[in-house]
Formats: sequence, C-alpha cells, structure tokens
Amino acid sequence: MITFTVNGKQASADVPGDTPLLWVLRDTLGMTGTKFGCGAQLCGACTVHLDGQPVRSCGTPVSAAAGKKVTTIEGVAASAAGKKVQAAWAALDVPQCGYCQSGQIMSATALLTAKPKPTDADIDSAMAGNICRCGTYPRIRAAIHKAAGSKEA
Amino acid sequence: MSQLKNPSRRTFLKSGAAVGGGLVIGVSLPGMFNNAFAAADSSAINAWVRIGSDNSITILCARSEMGQGVVMALPTLVAEELEVDLNKVKVEFAPPGEVYINSMLGGQLTGGSTSVRDAWEKLRIAGAQARMMLVAAAAQEWGVDTAKCTARNGMVSGPKGKMAKYGQLAEAASKLPVPKDVVLKDPSKFRYVGKPLKRMDTAGKITGKTEFGIDVKLPGMLYASLAQCPVIGGKVVSFDAAKAKGMPGVKHVVQITDGVAVVADSWWQAKQARDAIDVKWDEGPNKALNSESVSAGLATAMSQPGAQIKQQGNVAEAMKTAAKTVQATYEMPFLSHSPLEPMNFTADVRKDSALLIGSIQFQQLAMGMASAITGLKPEQITIKTTFLGGGFGRRIDCDYMAQAVEISKTVGAPVKLVWTREDDMTHDFYRPISLTQMSGGLDASGKPVALSFKMSSPSVTARLFPPLVKDGVDPLMTEAILVPYDIPNQSVATVIHDTGLRVGYMRSVSHALNVFANESFIDEMAAAAGKDPYEYRLALLDKQPRFKNVLQLAAEKAGWGKPLPSGRARGIGLMEGYDTYMAQVAEVSVVDGAVKVHRVVVAVDLGRMVNPNIVEQQLESNIVFGLTALLYGDITLKDGRVQQSNFHEYKLLRMPECPKIEMHIVKSTEKPGGIGEPGMALLSPTVANAVFALTGKRLRKMPFRLA
Ligand code: FES
Ligand code: FES
Repeated sequence: MITFTVNGKQASADVPGDTPLLWVLRDTLGMTGTKFGCGAQLCGACTVHLDGQPVRSCGTPVSAAAGKKVTTIEGVAASAAGKKVQAAWAALDVPQCGYCQSGQIMSATALLTAKPKPTDADIDSAMAGNICRCGTYPRIRAAIHKAAGSKEA
Repeated sequence: MSQLKNPSRRTFLKSGAAVGGGLVIGVSLPGMFNNAFAAADSSAINAWVRIGSDNSITILCARSEMGQGVVMALPTLVAEELEVDLNKVKVEFAPPGEVYINSMLGGQLTGGSTSVRDAWEKLRIAGAQARMMLVAAAAQEWGVDTAKCTARNGMVSGPKGKMAKYGQLAEAASKLPVPKDVVLKDPSKFRYVGKPLKRMDTAGKITGKTEFGIDVKLPGMLYASLAQCPVIGGKVVSFDAAKAKGMPGVKHVVQITDGVAVVADSWWQAKQARDAIDVKWDEGPNKALNSESVSAGLATAMSQPGAQIKQQGNVAEAMKTAAKTVQATYEMPFLSHSPLEPMNFTADVRKDSALLIGSIQFQQLAMGMASAITGLKPEQITIKTTFLGGGFGRRIDCDYMAQAVEISKTVGAPVKLVWTREDDMTHDFYRPISLTQMSGGLDASGKPVALSFKMSSPSVTARLFPPLVKDGVDPLMTEAILVPYDIPNQSVATVIHDTGLRVGYMRSVSHALNVFANESFIDEMAAAAGKDPYEYRLALLDKQPRFKNVLQLAAEKAGWGKPLPSGRARGIGLMEGYDTYMAQVAEVSVVDGAVKVHRVVVAVDLGRMVNPNIVEQQLESNIVFGLTALLYGDITLKDGRVQQSNFHEYKLLRMPECPKIEMHIVKSTEKPGGIGEPGMALLSPTVANAVFALTGKRLRKMPFRLA
C-alpha cells in the first residue's frame, strides 16, 4: 500500500510500486483530469506537481510519490498561481480540443510559481515539454503573460 | 468473425453522388433512424431543443467537438432564433438520427469543414420553429393572436403584461404542429451570430472536468490493451498467453479480428500483460513494403494516362511555342493524424443491447459497425459521443471502436480499450503520399501561357466510399487542383495509385497536396519570368475578385516589398478551400541549417462568420498544424512497418518554434465558408517560396530539408 496526498487529501493505492503515477491517478483514484498522451515523457499531457515541482506522471513510478504531495488539475486552483493561470486561460479562451490543457496549466502554474514575471524565453523553456496538437501556443503564451500581469498580454 | 469488418463496411456504405458541387456521401442504413428524439421526454420541442419545466434549456449538437468549436458555434445558431440567453444554455451531443445528417456530406459525420455551412440556415430555422411553437402555445393559453406575442430571453410576453417562461410553455408547445413559414432574422439584428463570444466548453477544459472518450467509466468496466500486427493488415497465427494469464489483475486474453486483447482490472495491468504475450503473425501482403518501393511505385504510376480533370486549349502546342519552359516535381510524404488523445473506445455489449461511448467523428459508421458485429438492431444500440481529444479526420474511421465492441462481446463485460501512442502512430490511416509533376510555358513577356499538372497518389475515397470514385476521379483528391490564375492552356490529370499502406482523410485532405504544388509552381514561373511573385499572381487574377482581395490584403499587412533585416525573406501563397479564400505571407530565416518561420500573416475571406473568436483559433491552429507538417511530418516504412512510434520520431511543433501569427479577416456578407482546414494547406508553399527568396533553393519535397 502506497500512501501520499492528492490535492491535500490522503490517498492510497494498493498497486506495485512501479505503476506509473498517471494510471494510479486515472484508474485507481478515478481522477481523469490528468491525461495520457504518449506514455514516454514526450508530450506533457500527464504533468502534475510532486511537492510543487512539475513532473510527467507517466514516467513517475507511484513509489516516488510515497509520502509526498501530489497536485493535479483538479486541485491546482488551490494555489494563487493556479487560480491566476486558469483565469487567464478562460479570459483568452485558450483551449481548443482541450486534451493537452491540464498539462499546459500545470506547467504554466509551476513556471509562474518559480518566476512570477517570466520572459518569452522563460516561457519557451518551461512550456517546450508540453505538446498541443491543436496549436494553442500563441494563446498559451499570451495567457501566461496575462496571468503574470505583464504587458505583453 | 475475421471476415466481418471489411465486408460489413462495404455493405452499409451504399450509394453516393456528387450533387451540385457539394459532395454527398449517401450512406444508407435502413432502420437505424427512428426519430432519435422521440424517445426523449415531453421537453423536446424538436430534435434540437429541449426545455425543462424548470426552464432549463438544452440544445443538441449533432457534430463532434474536436477542438474546432462546433459545440459553441452550432448552438449559437439555434439560440439566436430561439431567443434564449446563450450563457444559460446546456449543450448535449446528439445521438445518431436521420434529422442530424450533414446534408453536405449525406451522413452524420463531422468533416470537410462543413459543420457551419450545413447548419447555417438549418439550425436557425430549427431555433425559429421552436420559438414560434412556444409563442403559439402562449397565445393559445391566453386566447390571443400570436402576432400580439413576442419572445425574448426565454420568455414570451403578450398583451396586458402577460408573461410566461419557456418552461411553462414547453409541454404544450411540443404538441403543436411545426410551423412551415419561417422568417429568419435579418443579420443586422443578430445578438450572438458574428460576435467574438467566448466558448462555453472552456471552463470544463481548464479544470479537467471535460469528459473525453478516454475518461469514460461504466460500472463494472474492465480495461483492455490490444496487440496488433506490426504490419497493418497482418493476422494472428498463434499466441502464447500462459505468462500473461497469470499476471495480476488479468481477467481475459482473447483473440479478435485485429489481434490479441488482454482485459484486466486496470489499464496498466492490461498493457503489461499484453507486452508479455508472444504472438506469431502472418504479416500479410504488406510485409515487404518500404518507402523506396512506395516512391518508385508512385513514379511508375505517373506514366499511366490517369483521369483528366481539366483540358483547356492545347498545352502541347503552347509549350512548343513558349519563350521559356519550367518543370518541377513535388513530393509529399505519408502523415499521421496523431491527435493528442490516443485512439480508445468503450463498449458494453449484452445479449439484447449495446452501449458505445467515446470519441466518434462519424456516428453512422459506428452504428453500422456495431450492428454488423453484434447482430443487434440499431434500435438496440445506444451511441454516445464524448468530447474528442483532437480528430483531424482520424476518428472518421471506426477500427478502434470495432475492436472494443468485439472485445466486450467476447468477454461479456463493459470494456474500455485504450491504445498506446505507439499503437496509434503505427496503426493510423495515413494522409496519402503524393507525387506531382508540373510544367509550364511562358511567353516572351513572362506571362504564363501553358500549365500542366499531373499527380499520382492513393485514394482514401476508394477505400471508404468506393462508389464516389467515378471514371478514375476521386473528388477528394482533386480539391484546389485548379489554379485561380488566368492561363489559357491547361491540362490537369490525376492517377490513383494504391501503395498498399492504408490511407485516411486528414485535415485539409487533398488541398494540402495540390496547393503545395500549384502555389510553389506559380512562384517558380514568376521567378523564371524575373517578376515579383506577388505582382505576378496579381496580374493573373482580374476575373477573381475574392482571391485578388485577400492577396492584396495579406501583402499590404505583411509589408510586402518593404526591407527586412538581413537573413530574412518573405514568401506568399494563395488558395481557396471550403468556400474560403485565403492568402498568407511567411517571414523566414535559416537557423543552424534549418528553416525557421518567424511570422505568418493571414488574410482570409470566409464569408459570414458565426464566431470570429473561434475563427481566429482555427487560423492559429492551422498554422501550427501546417508548420508541423512542413518541418517534421514524415511517416516512413520498412519491412511493412511504420518506422515512427512516438513523438521523438514523429515530431510535433512545440512552443519555442511557434511563429507570430497575424490574422486579417475580410468583412463579408457572402455565404459562410469553412475554416477548420484551409490554412494548413497553404503554409507549406508559402514557406517554401520564402526560403527560395532567401536562399535561391527550391524546396519541393516535404518535410523541408535544406541540406
Ligand atoms: S503522457 Fe506523459 S509526457 Fe506524454
Ligand atoms: S487543445 Fe488540443 S491538443 Fe492542445
């Protein structure tokens, strides 16, 4: 039995420790906001925060989360940065199909937590791991600036 | 069972005919459509509108939402005439039903950038009819003339301050006859249509609440992973599942038409057990396919006469007397759709019923497939469409749905089948590869006098809707094949050549292939004439005002002809697709030997719009999609296997590579054009032309490689 917290609540999973955190979240805990896109840490759709750091949950064994704090899209609004990011995303109507957006928002929230006023270069490097097949990149960039309150928005 | 899938698909896709320029895929499925909405409660005013006694208003959306915004745009059309507050409307995806058929396509199908074009009048009429019935119900109750009553904001008001909310009138209204004479609002009175409204599906998508196919959960549901032959079309000879059966959580290992499925308590368990199965495959007729032989086959096919699409004047004669001639060959590779949500599907097949839920682009095909596999009647089958995590044409096919249905039927439990990304990339229906030979003749002044176009490419339509291919012409292979330019002698021909690898419709379909060749070639002719490529095009467009207008707009906004920093250059391109006219100017440089696109200016005339916000999203989306294709897109084959397995080998554009995109939309009262697809087709020639301007090198083969 592996225990950790998800969005502030105690959670446990009776699965082998090498099971990816992604599938524990989605299938064991029924939290489907975190998405499966590639299973190979290439697309970022599965991004969650582990003790505040963005990680690809498809490549994170659940054993690595034992005793730690996991934050997912379902709980990201609990942080000030997460709230601002979601508000900016709504204001600029970022999503198209929406499938990558949980991961985008988790990466953007981690960026703004670490760097409240990111430059375009900061955005490029923080967001490069998140693929959007629908091409919402221009709006993601604008929304991050908007969430940061900088004038590029 | 093994024979089932293809023959059944053939038998239920019957007649088809091209009618009045619009393509109609006639899909006949007798008995499947029994007034889908009749079963709904008395709150159904018609097929599109349900009003509850609590005043809740639900509008049905009969097209699949895969990012393109139909879930917003289509209800907007209904709400405009229904006179309700769009912000309070709930939207549900429609079940299969005759009334929901896309009359531009002849099936309940989302594709061809037809959603708004098909719905533009139909849904406004549906909204108006529902409103008129509500008004009539109020008038009846009050014993007054309907002319004395007006509807606004979900409420009917009548003489002497009488008021009734729609919810109070719905039941009575639903029993009234459907009005025939409907007068639609004058566009100047639109409250919602044409306004840049925010999408109502955004909230769910930024909180993780939106349900995609992959998120479906049914009581008692098991999870499946399927081993398919690495060569598409191969079959199981034998398999050893001894080890897999002993693995934790594994409930069943079953053989189906397309391979061997493991069904387990969780998907991860199913996937691990699947990896532990040793399957012997008969790799089938494609086991020796490789990219070199495919290309050679296309080249050989070029020597066939093919089907003549256009013959005007005498090209051979004109070429003989031309002052200068130009020749070029263009090549496009196979592409994978790769929507970010991998293929997946949930099915619950029982003895006398079946439930299918997931990401579907073609509800009718799904129904026909399910009925053929289960032997159930359509009225015993329920189909629910979720949000799609991208589609781009991939989810028109129903191979993954058929697999889920077969697995559920075999194990007797609800099952969710989820493909890995590797499954998805190696078992796509790929965008057709193509080879196009062009030649042109110029007179002494440089004006083009002859143009010859010949393409060889596999036909998607020949696989999916064979009756639509007539006299060797696939109408979905010849889109945008004719140039808008005034050139007196023209010959245009296509050769259908099946390479063996299965092909599917992909965003912009053949526009991408044909526009790349045509817009690159007109640029080559301009260069041969020593003329500016913008001026050269412009001089040939006197009879084409909408083309001319967008071309001028793009050039002006991009600062065509104005100096650029050194190391940068511009290219230009022009097209029509889906009744939408578009020009682009791209600004490029070469960084570390690779093409870098800095800025794309798009000018577009798509007639009337439902929602300019969504139009802009789609334009942005198309630029990114097109840039992925021209920089990276390349599906190759070796020993019958697709060699790309995941995003490290089949790259998709990422944030740092995304250019600045500037959009200029022409105000227009023309009928609406489609916007989901044309932009991606045009970007490749536009960028190739810019690279030529910068380096003098012509990029005639995609993806673009400078070395
Ligand atoms: S699913 Fe984890 S990075 Fe793609
Ligand atoms: S919104 Fe569709 S993949 Fe990003």
